[in-house]
Amino acid sequence: MNELKPAQAGTLESNDIMITVAPGAQGSGISIELESIVFAQYGQAIRKTITAVIAEQDITDIYIKAVDRGALDCTIRARTLAALTRAGVVPAKELI
Amino acid sequence: MDLRRTMLFMPGNNPGMLQNGGVFGADAIILDLEDAVAPQEKDAARLLVAEALRTIDYRASEKVVRINPLDTFARQDIKAIVPCGLDAIIVPKVESPEDIRQAARLVAAAETPGQAPVKLIALLETPCGIAEAYPIARADKRVAGLAFGAEDYTAALGAKRTKEGTEIFSARTIVVNSAAAAGIQSIDTPFTDVNDRDGLLADTALAKQLGFKGKLAINPRQIDDIHRVFDPTAQEIDWARRVIKAIRKAEAEGAGVASLDGKMVDAPIVARAERTLHLARLLGLAEGGLL
Repeated sequence: MNELKPAQAGTLESNDIMITVAPGAQGSGISIELESIVFAQYGQAIRKTITAVIAEQDITDIYIKAVDRGALDCTIRARTLAALTRAGVVPAKELI
Repeated sequence: MDLRRTMLFMPGNNPGMLQNGGVFGADAIILDLEDAVAPQEKDAARLLVAEALRTIDYRASEKVVRINPLDTFARQDIKAIVPCGLDAIIVPKVESPEDIRQAARLVAAAETPGQAPVKLIALLETPCGIAEAYPIARADKRVAGLAFGAEDYTAALGAKRTKEGTEIFSARTIVVNSAAAAGIQSIDTPFTDVNDRDGLLADTALAKQLGFKGKLAINPRQIDDIHRVFDPTAQEIDWARRVIKAIRKAEAEGAGVASLDGKMVDAPIVARAERTLHLARLLGLAEGGLL
């Protein structure tokens, strides 16, 4: 895994989600701070999707802030991957 | 024959629009990675479009992606989206047959085993592209259509765009003729004033009269009006049915040509009638059999 640098993808528009990633302290694991307009109904599902994308990329220690505006699962995946790519930890060729 | 009366553009980096693409009833939806996406967002749009293609049900609409030009991000776009189950790619700013062959090679390399071949639609929007329209149309078997983009074209010409479209008349006829000669579809340039319904209807009627098989659309509100123009009318369907009936009767009697309403019915007339009926069947307008 390459060294992770802070990065962001997505917007605060309706149906989108803004994902910000930053390095976590060694051994901190995957830490997700989530704000969502549908937190009560879908908060767990959003966390699960973000966690799954992170885990697929063999990333262990990372801090993620997610501000959700009602994004579908596919949008959450795409924005998380985009943020990780911009953070330098997911080579573009592995996304496709 | 694929139905492409309308091909609706959707910005490739806008999740809200992408997720609603299937509800408008366009024959094709175009997830746009080119002009609708800022340069710094190309990576995120590519990922979003790829995920959308894999996930969202676009119902009966053909799934099309407009990639970036071949000299910019086309390679990355094709590699990312081709395995995601799309039907066709619009290649912008095509200027030569080699452009199409290059796109076809990239698509072939990106396709997965068992995947239906991805079609190509060449977007002609420069004077060079128009000049090379026929060789472009025949450059590769994947090419299913020629689309015309008037804004870049007239900018390159230095001509002012008008509602009447006199400045694009020759380009339109070249696109239509080249596509027809190659046996593929021709798709007209979008009508860009989304608040001018009468203008849209008149422009679409002109496109149909010239021979275009469909029109690009930039707003969902344009879809129904464009369909209304391109759909065969009840009179046209009735005429087509009578043509086919007349020619079949003549054939049964050993004659090569027939007569209908005092006019000769020969091969070109039959071909036009067959196309009308085929289109009517695709649209569910010819239920109950042809004759």
